[in-house]
Amino acid sequence: MSSDTSSAQAIGAVEGVSLYDVENPAPYIEAPRKRTGKTPRSTRGNFEMAAWLFMRLSGIVLVVLVIGHLLIQLVLDGGVTKIGFAFVAGRWASPFWQVWDLLMLWLAMLHGSNGLRTVINDYAERPGTRLWLKGLLYTATVFTILLGTLVIFTFDPNIR
Amino acid sequence: MATPTLSKTDAMEAAAAASPFITVTFRIRRFNPEISDEAQWQDFQIEIDPKERVLDGLHKIKWDLDGTLTFRRSCAHGICGSDAMRINGKNRLACKTLIKDINPEKPITIEAIKGLTVMKDLVVDMEPFFQAYRDVMPFLVTTGNEPTRERLQSAEDRERFDDTTKCILCAACTSSCPVFWNDGQYFGPAAIVNAHRFIFDSRDEAGEQRLEILNDKDGVWRCRTTFNCTDACPRGIEVTKAIQEVKRALITRRF
Repeated sequence: MSSDTSSAQAIGAVEGVSLYDVENPAPYIEAPRKRTGKTPRSTRGNFEMAAWLFMRLSGIVLVVLVIGHLLIQLVLDGGVTKIGFAFVAGRWASPFWQVWDLLMLWLAMLHGSNGLRTVINDYAERPGTRLWLKGLLYTATVFTILLGTLVIFTFDPNIR
Repeated sequence: MATPTLSKTDAMEAAAAASPFITVTFRIRRFNPEISDEAQWQDFQIEIDPKERVLDGLHKIKWDLDGTLTFRRSCAHGICGSDAMRINGKNRLACKTLIKDINPEKPITIEAIKGLTVMKDLVVDMEPFFQAYRDVMPFLVTTGNEPTRERLQSAEDRERFDDTTKCILCAACTSSCPVFWNDGQYFGPAAIVNAHRFIFDSRDEAGEQRLEILNDKDGVWRCRTTFNCTDACPRGIEVTKAIQEVKRALITRRF
């Protein structure tokens, strides 16, 4: 009445020997990062709530900043062709655009890294993998934010 | 009259046409650690009335075809919450799912709920699930002297958490959560629902403590609002809404 669909069963039948029996059962198929009485350890902080709120608030601000940025850079006043060293130099002469770009840099980088942090938390199963991926992420984030900030503040339009 | 002979064949044909039984294929994910370290699909063909439930089909297989098929069921009427399983890729209670509702023309796939250790066939280790449940303190906490009579509550106060009292702890929601699949440290929807039941109970006094527990790294902030839990709940609890209410309570109480 029953029929096996799996090829593993067919191979097993041909070989005729099973590695496992009642005395020697196979290991269970364990779930990743199982919860026990001792895990997870309580940390008693508001960091996760702050991160969650930051994602919502920075998202709203970024919608305005990024759409404005794309409009100015790519659509209005001649489109992409106008972008050059002179255009950037002209924009960064005004503190308004410096603040705009600085805000966009910080918010977008932190928003994106926090998003990736949650992705790593969700999908990386082994503690070692989590540590390395997050280490790489934080290094890249800090580097990009610092470099971008440095450029915005020390930009010299008369560079040769 | 010639009708008796005619009506006899008619009746036989009618009986054959009216037979409620159809042939259904149950494709079940089998795992037996005493035979193999791998799970595999096995097909069973059974004659069954499509108005019966998936659980009746499983009983038919276990009682008539293959006694080694292992699954949990207790009350068989959607109250005890022991027969949650993944039927055609969705978490449901086998005792509340009619065969006619899940397209019996195609094989019906049945597997253990995801994210928990499979011990045999459809039986999983529920311990991590109940550990998360215990961790949110699912019991009434009060201070002061006990009242001599019952603790009274207005109908409105009772209505506030009515939805989350319906939970039967079947784990259909928690094991449908993609965050829980990959990271069992997350409390999971069921634990949050049961915390919600006490956080919003006017008689309870440990709401702040439970909120603090759920504010943690693996608490409500890991919810991605995918609504899998609300879809999976056999009791129709608006699980994602309950999680959102806990998040809102946390934010409004902190600021």
